[in-house]
Amino acid sequence: MAKELKLMKGNEAIAEAAIRAGSDAYFGYPITPQSEVIEYLMAEKPHERTGMVVLQAESELAAINMVYGAAGTGKKVWTSSSSPGISLKQEGISYIAGSELPCVIVNVVRGGPGLGTIQPSQADYFQATKGGGHGDYHLLVLAPASVQEMADFIGDAFDLAFKYRGPVMILSDGVIGQMMEKVYLKEQVPRLSDDEIAEKYPWATIGKPASRERNIITSLDLDSSKMELHNIHLQSKYRQMEEEEVRFEKINCDDADYLFVAYGSSARICQKSIQLAAEKGIKVGLLRPITLFPFPKKQISEMADKVKGILSVEMSAGQMIEDVKLAVNGRVKVEHFGRYGGIIPTPAEVVDALIEKIIGE
Amino acid sequence: MKFEDIIKKENLIYKKTPLMTDNTLSYCPGCGHGTAHRITMEIVEEMGIVQDTIGIAPVGCSVLAYEFMNVDMTQAAHGRAPAVATGIKRCWPDKFVFTYQGDGDLAAIGTAETIHACNRGENITIIFINNGIYGMTGGQMAPTTIEGMRSSTSPYGRDAALMGHPLKMTELVAQLPGTCFVTRQAVHTPSAVRKAKKAIRKAFELQKEKKGTTFVEIVSNCNSGWKMTPVQANKWMVDNMFPFFPLGDIKVPE
Amino acid sequence: MTEEIIIAGFGGQGVLSMGKILAYSGIMQDQEVSWMPSYGPEMRGGTANVTVIVSDERISSPVLNEFDTAIILNQQSMDKFESAVKKGGTLVYDPNGITHHPERKDINIYSIEAAKKASEMGNTKIFNMVVLGAYLKVKPIVKIENVILGLKKSLPARYHSLIALNKDAITMGMDAVKEINKA
Repeated sequence: MAKELKLMKGNEAIAEAAIRAGSDAYFGYPITPQSEVIEYLMAEKPHERTGMVVLQAESELAAINMVYGAAGTGKKVWTSSSSPGISLKQEGISYIAGSELPCVIVNVVRGGPGLGTIQPSQADYFQATKGGGHGDYHLLVLAPASVQEMADFIGDAFDLAFKYRGPVMILSDGVIGQMMEKVYLKEQVPRLSDDEIAEKYPWATIGKPASRERNIITSLDLDSSKMELHNIHLQSKYRQMEEEEVRFEKINCDDADYLFVAYGSSARICQKSIQLAAEKGIKVGLLRPITLFPFPKKQISEMADKVKGILSVEMSAGQMIEDVKLAVNGRVKVEHFGRYGGIIPTPAEVVDALIEKIIGE
Repeated sequence: MKFEDIIKKENLIYKKTPLMTDNTLSYCPGCGHGTAHRITMEIVEEMGIVQDTIGIAPVGCSVLAYEFMNVDMTQAAHGRAPAVATGIKRCWPDKFVFTYQGDGDLAAIGTAETIHACNRGENITIIFINNGIYGMTGGQMAPTTIEGMRSSTSPYGRDAALMGHPLKMTELVAQLPGTCFVTRQAVHTPSAVRKAKKAIRKAFELQKEKKGTTFVEIVSNCNSGWKMTPVQANKWMVDNMFPFFPLGDIKVPE
Repeated sequence: MTEEIIIAGFGGQGVLSMGKILAYSGIMQDQEVSWMPSYGPEMRGGTANVTVIVSDERISSPVLNEFDTAIILNQQSMDKFESAVKKGGTLVYDPNGITHHPERKDINIYSIEAAKKASEMGNTKIFNMVVLGAYLKVKPIVKIENVILGLKKSLPARYHSLIALNKDAITMGMDAVKEINKA
């Protein structure tokens, strides 16, 4: 396939890639550090390029509910925001999960809590992977670590959203959103026609023909026994994701004495830390979860048998470390290193933390 | 004796629209919701647009509207129906999209979504049932509860100094350039029902012409919440609600 | 080859766009690049900086604590980044507005009077290209023809008439750079 090479910000790359992935609609509200997404879309006039709808909503609440409405009609629809805005969207995300609708939500994470800071952070890990809103549900969460992955994952995210009929989150951060890198863009995928949608998605609320019963999109059932069955069904989808969708990357793991577990921009920083550690004669590898839910438990468990200690490196006060510890189950030492509130750890700090917390004297 | 012997086919003067399901209405006897549902569905049937119609149910008494309206429907989060409708209509501009919302949903928690959908001139129809009270949760004060009116959270009557003023959403959205048809109706008498039905038809027809947002308020009763008999409630509505919420068209297209 | 650069100065000096042109030039010669800006309110009149990495290999961290080269265009940035240059690394700065000149002896230091030269050329907007010229004279990591290609790629067509002027500014910077300290 012919590919086009560009230098783009992560935020721009995901917007362009979404147009090319044949997405039908984007609804969003500006917030730093991801406003380039809607700015890029508005400048590109996707309505003229592919017929894609782009609308600036009055709030994140409205935006996610526009996504809910449109997703219920079988359209490929997405939104993006940053941490405080994602908190506002949680009610809608819970409805989308409960109603089993496909959509993609991009979170370019900034430091919190509250209004926090506009600088990069990974402190929304719990919110992204454990549900986020009310009720028992999960998002399938993809964590890009480069501008190229911002572009590549949006298409993957749509495929997964439709495969599981559920919301998929791309959990990025201010580093990946704001930095520019080389990106190879895929060719335009045509949007589905209205007839194709009607045929492919018989559940879509697009008007009831005489040939079928009415379609209802709802997360409500006042009969608790039915609601329990619905929950069991949702859980079976999450178990299937754990079987089929785990993605990860291993770097330098073959003869490593120690292991970093890090995702997104922290994984990039750790790659530099691996070089710096090697200069000191320390053999450390990196396991980078690409899917945060489902989490690569098995792969981390296997590494726990091979290394002397594991450092979970996150731009948070220690959130992913809980999943790492569950996977390791006490077999080796697991410690956390992170900076938070918008501070990005340096590669040298990570090595120092490895020596201090894991290797010891 | 059979049913057909009593009511002969040639004597049939009224038939339930197939666009109302056979499910038992969850509304209290005397409530206006059932009538409002029926006339909305009759318009969809009469216009022959069921295959192109998508409705949005709110949170409130009519949360289960999708159990009764036999059209494709999406149930929205509290107050968000106009945003949900926007998402659908933007993706399917030739479909008919309507929301069916109560006063708590539309005029309290969903005020922003209502105003912005109307201000953008989304080509949707908003049907707004205003009974001045939160029915489903047990009769609490609504943004449209009129001054002096009792509710479980204004047990001595609404005191504007303490609780704020009742909100005239319909007059408010009529000011917005995005709305093309804004009207206030009722369904308490046969003639009022006929007028309300005509207004809903007009709203759907204007939606087809993509003239902007169409907004039909229906002032209704809540005999349970108001703690009255249905007859008393309708009389109270005429005497007390209508002076504050006068019926009639507020904005009509030129 | 991996070159890790910090470019730092005031917002409005063209710090970010200079980094972008450098990154584009790297792409033109098939290298890996990353461009990571400081972002937010500090872009509006305060200090702005961008980390640019040009490499023959896959780039690891786009965020660094030490650099092969620092290109410094105001005093605040000098205070912050002089110490962040790796031993034996390079510091290029415009002395205009600098009150405390760099003092390290273990790095190579060059000065370029870019503000003055740009003003002499009658266009202060090419200031950053004069600086880029000075840097490329000292560290020829990308070829000038690839910079020109990069400019063509990154500038909208309506600005392509300005490419000749930018090229002159780069040449001016190459001619005017002065060595201050040799490590």
